[in-house]
Amino acid sequence: MSLSSSKKSRRSIQALLVLALVAFGAIVVGCGSSDDSSGGDSGSVNLVAYSTPQQAYEEHLEPAFNETTDGEGVSFTNSFGASGDQSRAVESGQKADYVNFALETDVTRLVDSGQVSADWQNNKYKGIVTNSVVAIVVRPGNPLGIKNFEDIVNNDDIEVVTPNPFTSGGARWNIMAIYGAALNSGKTPEQALGDVENVLSKTPTQSESARVALQAFIGGTGDVLLSYENEAIAAQLAGEDVDYVVPESTILIEQPAAVTVDASKAATDFLNWNWTDEAQQIWQEQGYRSVNPQLLDKQKFPVPADLFTIKEFGGWDKVADEFFGDGTGSVFEIVQDLGYSTE
Amino acid sequence: MSEVTTIDAREPRPRKAIFRLPGAGQALNKGLVVTYLGIMVLLPIVAITSKAFEDGISGFWDAVSAPQSVAALKLTVICSLIVVVINAVMGTLIAWVLVRDKFPGQRVINSIIDLPFALPTIVASLILLTVYGADSPLGIHLAFTKPAIVVALLFVTLPFVVRAVQPLLLSLDRDMEAAAESLGARKWLIFRRVIFPNLAPGIATGVALAFARALGEFGSLVLVSGNIPFQTEVASVYIRGQIEFDRLASASAVSVVLLAISLALLASVTLAQRWGLRHDR
Repeated sequence: MSLSSSKKSRRSIQALLVLALVAFGAIVVGCGSSDDSSGGDSGSVNLVAYSTPQQAYEEHLEPAFNETTDGEGVSFTNSFGASGDQSRAVESGQKADYVNFALETDVTRLVDSGQVSADWQNNKYKGIVTNSVVAIVVRPGNPLGIKNFEDIVNNDDIEVVTPNPFTSGGARWNIMAIYGAALNSGKTPEQALGDVENVLSKTPTQSESARVALQAFIGGTGDVLLSYENEAIAAQLAGEDVDYVVPESTILIEQPAAVTVDASKAATDFLNWNWTDEAQQIWQEQGYRSVNPQLLDKQKFPVPADLFTIKEFGGWDKVADEFFGDGTGSVFEIVQDLGYSTE
Repeated sequence: MSEVTTIDAREPRPRKAIFRLPGAGQALNKGLVVTYLGIMVLLPIVAITSKAFEDGISGFWDAVSAPQSVAALKLTVICSLIVVVINAVMGTLIAWVLVRDKFPGQRVINSIIDLPFALPTIVASLILLTVYGADSPLGIHLAFTKPAIVVALLFVTLPFVVRAVQPLLLSLDRDMEAAAESLGARKWLIFRRVIFPNLAPGIATGVALAFARALGEFGSLVLVSGNIPFQTEVASVYIRGQIEFDRLASASAVSVVLLAISLALLASVTLAQRWGLRHDR
């Protein structure tokens, strides 16, 4: 470790410095030119999506699309990651023809930056390719007999795993599901927030993301996990020993897809193909609810008697302020009170 | 690599180099170093600082003094301080045993020390969750508590003090100890007056680097810390949340605070070493 000031090491440092600068220059020059344009040639699609549907795209949807006349010979370059990160990456210049996110606001970000057309929802399914619901993932056989959020609230010894609503967009769905289910069961907004507080007080951990929460639950933490139904099914498909319950009263999650303004024709074809019966069936096999009510497999995907959407609370913009706003949001205050009471 | 400066500082000024780049000399050398550091280190730091002050000083202050941010910063600094105190003691001890003792498997252990550096931090986190989580084979359920944060940070910062102290111990002149002993000094006195002053710069450097690393650590904590705001949420995870919800200025502001704390510590270690050099001999 000890670098004596011998000539030999000085010489190699000099040589290394020159090398490093040259390499850095080469990287800047080499990558700079290819980074600024989005959209490829007609036969290729740069696909940027959130992490859960990776297997669905790579192993099922893309090969099936290649079998169609439009999709023949189309090649895909895939990128998967946390939904918000992926959207921000595209905003900052990552090549994208076709995007699929977990949250509508991640598409809105690209509309604001001019990369996705403002009329992206002008189609039959309003830009939504798949649906899901907030489900309760339980241990095999559901030993605690949990059927809905109320059961979690009323169980004093239960441990709940849910992501941190201040680092994970997905976590906010869970909280709004608990809140909405309580409201719709006839509780006042104050009582409904009481239910949210009750559930949050039973969390040994609030993971940074939905993926990490699933990881913690599979690792043995907690009695129930609040998650997307499609995450639960994906875990089962991956061989994990978990069961899940779809509550009678829960929130509908809509997952949007869009093409960028200078997308390849293949990307537009692929987006439209996603709404065909064939593609929607593949999505269903992978754990997502079809957006086409006629196709929805009601055996696999029980339709909750009381299925509500985020619009009931004024949409995400309003909810982000009222519930999760820094210092003033009602959920923020709950979390703050819980934190201080345990100090 | 700061231990390099520590050692160099005690050696005579470097002699003139014989090797020169064609057609240029010392000036080009310095230029290269400054340009390289400027691009790789200074530019990002300037960028993040200007982002942090995007909404003026009041915007910066609002972001830093937000209750959740204060709680996260407090937790991070306290945990990091605990970690470096333990590291200073255990790191020196490990270095001592590795240099002064001979035992079978020593070489293997010596190379294992650096493993925390080589392991992707998320893997470290997963391993710690397996060891200390609900299904812990040891029956230790540390996961999601504040001690879990300390344990994770101890794991990833282990090599710093060991590797900073080791070369100093190796180059330590044993005649000094022998002389002290022949003059009748007890073992503790020898350690306190002869050995420790020689190791102190290394310990200080190791501590400073470990502290800086602990402040910004993210990956190894993601699975094993509870991430619950106001309870077990460290600064890096809080910053992650600010980014997730597009509060880049706020994320930068809290990052700048971490940078400032690190910088202050590194600077004070350097100053203390200079002071020590001037007054010690």
